[in-house]
Amino acid sequence: MLEIFASALSDILTFQHIGYMMIGVLVGLMIGVFPGLGGIAGLSLVLPFLYGLDTTSALAMLIGLIAVIPTSDTFASVLMGIPGSSASQATVLDGFPMAKNGEAARALAAAFSASLVGGIIGAVILTGFVLVARPVILSFSSAELFMLSVFGLSMVGVLAGKSLVKGLAACGVGLVIGSIGGAPATGEFRMVYGVDYLYDGIPLVIIGLGLFAVPEIVDLMRRDRSIAGNTGLGAGWFSGLRDVARNWWLTLRCSSIGAIIGAIPGLGGTVVDWIAYGHAVQSTKDNPRFGQGDVRGVIAPESANNAKEGGGLLPTLLFGIPGSGAMAVFLGGMVLLGIQPGPSMVGTNLDLTYTIVWSLALANVLGAGLCILLAVPISRLTLIPFKLLAPFMIVVICFASFQATRIIEDMVALLVLGVLGIYMRRFGWPRPALLIGFVLATQAETYLYQAVQFYGWEFLTRTGVMIIIGLTLGSIWLGVRSKASSSSREELLAEEPAHAPGLAENIRARAPQLAFAGLMLVGFVLAVQDALKQSFLGQVFPLVMASAGGLFTLGVIAFLAFGRVNTPAAVDAESGIGTDEDPPERSMLASLFWLAALVALTAIFGFFIALIVFFIAFLQFRARASLLMTALLTTGAAGFVLTLAYSLNMRFPGGLLQDLYRLPWPFS
Amino acid sequence: MTDITRFTRRAALGVAAMAAATLALPGAAQAEYDFSGQTVEWIIPFGTGGGSDTWARFNAPFLSRHLPGNPTVAVVNEPGGGSTRGTNLFAARAQADGLTILGTSGSTQFPYLLGDPRVRYEYQDWSVVMVGPTGGVAYTSPSTGISSVEEIADLQGQRLTYASQGATSLDLVPMLAFRLLGLDVNYVFGFGGRGDGRLAFERGETNIDYQTSSAFINNVTPLVEEGTAIPLMSWGVLDEEGNPQRDPTFPDLPILEEVYEMVHGEAPSGDLYEAYKAFNTAGFAAQKMVVLPTGASDELVEVYRQAWRDVFADPEYQATVTDALGEYGQVTDAAAEALFRAGTNIGDSVRQMVVDMLQDEYNVRLGD
Repeated sequence: MLEIFASALSDILTFQHIGYMMIGVLVGLMIGVFPGLGGIAGLSLVLPFLYGLDTTSALAMLIGLIAVIPTSDTFASVLMGIPGSSASQATVLDGFPMAKNGEAARALAAAFSASLVGGIIGAVILTGFVLVARPVILSFSSAELFMLSVFGLSMVGVLAGKSLVKGLAACGVGLVIGSIGGAPATGEFRMVYGVDYLYDGIPLVIIGLGLFAVPEIVDLMRRDRSIAGNTGLGAGWFSGLRDVARNWWLTLRCSSIGAIIGAIPGLGGTVVDWIAYGHAVQSTKDNPRFGQGDVRGVIAPESANNAKEGGGLLPTLLFGIPGSGAMAVFLGGMVLLGIQPGPSMVGTNLDLTYTIVWSLALANVLGAGLCILLAVPISRLTLIPFKLLAPFMIVVICFASFQATRIIEDMVALLVLGVLGIYMRRFGWPRPALLIGFVLATQAETYLYQAVQFYGWEFLTRTGVMIIIGLTLGSIWLGVRSKASSSSREELLAEEPAHAPGLAENIRARAPQLAFAGLMLVGFVLAVQDALKQSFLGQVFPLVMASAGGLFTLGVIAFLAFGRVNTPAAVDAESGIGTDEDPPERSMLASLFWLAALVALTAIFGFFIALIVFFIAFLQFRARASLLMTALLTTGAAGFVLTLAYSLNMRFPGGLLQDLYRLPWPFS
Repeated sequence: MTDITRFTRRAALGVAAMAAATLALPGAAQAEYDFSGQTVEWIIPFGTGGGSDTWARFNAPFLSRHLPGNPTVAVVNEPGGGSTRGTNLFAARAQADGLTILGTSGSTQFPYLLGDPRVRYEYQDWSVVMVGPTGGVAYTSPSTGISSVEEIADLQGQRLTYASQGATSLDLVPMLAFRLLGLDVNYVFGFGGRGDGRLAFERGETNIDYQTSSAFINNVTPLVEEGTAIPLMSWGVLDEEGNPQRDPTFPDLPILEEVYEMVHGEAPSGDLYEAYKAFNTAGFAAQKMVVLPTGASDELVEVYRQAWRDVFADPEYQATVTDALGEYGQVTDAAAEALFRAGTNIGDSVRQMVVDMLQDEYNVRLGD
């Protein structure tokens, strides 16, 4: 054993190894900063250089690349409220409010040092875990995976905010959206309505961007100030480092959660950050300010998502099953290098496995260290007047949205989900609850069906399942307790007190909220109607979920119609009900119009021409920038997007023009 | 693993043919097509990191090296719709100027053969320039009570369980094979890949499974050695006349045709077997194809085939191909043509039989 450690260490601690790793880290950093571009894009950049390298150097480069991406995507999550990848969606919840409070540098420093610690702890856990990983991974059958999805879903209780019934309804919306596309048990297509795009279901990236980034961008455009407002940069990065030190126990717990959940194939890295975030919320007793910029809401997901990459290595190396997109890329790279995953990775190739695991830890240190250094200069972005930043951000989220499939439908889906996100934000429907439902819809359905097929309903009596049921109940209890301490019973259940205002008065005051809830109800009815057309195995999941979601929505409607004046179910940011924010000055539609304009222009002229027209129009008519400024910013944006697309061999989505004429790149 | 010579020999023949071609047409084709300074887009209708992507990215630098003018060969991923989206895009947009080529896989061939409504491409319009075969091996668990393929008859009448990615995926091939052998298999769907299926087998949830060749060698051979898996048969390979032969990677394993004879006492025939043959070829023997779009001139096809012949003769390619792609040699010219034909054609009655079977037994509706 010791000689294996020694041989792995001597492989890693060479100038050459660290040098190549540094190249990977730098490339990953440049790519990862840009939302929507992850390991996948990074691989195509590094790949040409892999040829002719020896195996360890090439591996070092690959590992450097994938290690830094869940770290660097934090920049966009914290500074702009754009979830850079599925790994940092939960970071947005508190990271972006911190940036808006002028604490961007502190949030970033805390995030990066949490990442660093997470990466190292992940590697430490893995060092021992590798040896027993095969039997442990094999003990997680479809039954345990189903219960783990239920455990994930139970986080809705924690993430629902003040009104539980709204959280459950939002989760139902997520579950229904997640069941669009092929049914796992039968392959029949649900709710596709003949639209090719829906056959594959809606990509997670677009749900994240639509729900979190679009509403924030629209809101900021309506306020016309910089992201940090008038508060300046405030507390520096040193306090961020202190935050992690002070919350070392939380960091340690979340890192372990990340490493272990990441190692279980099938659950995927997509829920890790939410589970860690939910854990932080339910276990924090002193003075929680989650959702308004609590640094613990940044530390928890960030320490988990770096540890997760290490965990994700195990199923990739031992079974050839990549747990995430980045791991799929890594697996592809390994195969190109002639390394085949399999049991030999804990046998004859054990030293290679340790080289990989420890390289990941080292790469995390290098990557997070670089990011900490960059945190202060990059956080100055939040001081730029938003009207100049807005066109960049709109282009960036559109660019990120079509990374999945590179077609205009991605942008249309972004727009539609963006509108949904805007109204959910306005009426206080918890967006994280929708996201959890969406992420776990397919997994919950698939594993339940498989568990019943393999074990019958007795699967519920399996030891592993019972343990996870216990964990779930414990987590619900913790959540209820932390909620009960911070809110009254009436608030939690949105109970109706004796002296309620009249129905007519409520309807008058809450018409927009009622209309939105009514629309959600229509959505559930459509889902039920579609489910009834499917075979039994194809319909049972969406039918149950949509019916439950519909019932909860009816509950929301009932609270809105009959509830007392300040029932937590009633929130309307536009009229200041149930929120601390001032209603913004400009109209929502005017701001949304600009995003819609870019989508419409793309549909006609293709993305690249649309980008130029959009930039000029926005800067001239909305930002009222000078001609010189307009020219400079437009050229800068076009040049940047062009360089990026060129180096990634990427095509832009085309429009009508491209259907009619064959144009040279980048217009094609 | 000894018989790779068959393909190497083919490569050698290729070199000879190349020499002949160069003598016959002194640079005629090359002169007309010079891709200097240009970019050839190699459309891969799958995402980054998967099998097809890895295959293309391995081949791309060699193709670039041996095409006239050494163009940049860029792999362009266009995933979606189970590979139908990128392929439709290629069918609708690609010009026959040699600057756009398509790499397909079994998952592109299957919807086409089954008449999936999302398919808006026609293989017969395209020209094949290269085919990359692969293979697969079916195996079972000793818990079924059998200890070798000779006892396969004992599997009949047992309730077997198989972890499937879906009835229209490559798992259709084992489904048809098990049906031919009269096995009663319960298919549990919704698995993300063959790796997940193998995990279910290792957990004892399923007792019959198949893996592609390289996954079998790396992950199942250790199980065979410790006695927890019993190899049954390979899907075989096709010889130049299109007849099924034992897979050179697994010379000791019978192919389905042999096992069928063991079970039924006669050679397989009929619509079900025809269906198996068509989908087996489309899914394995002719799994990966490189095609040129509609209207490609004979010269252009020759330029590309020449490039592939040169790739196959490249010593660096020969030194690395097995590690990256496995034991199966890639082919061009007549061999590719034959595999292409066998893998993209199916009789109407055979297709209808499979579509009806999928619809009646697995609720797969392809018509609407």
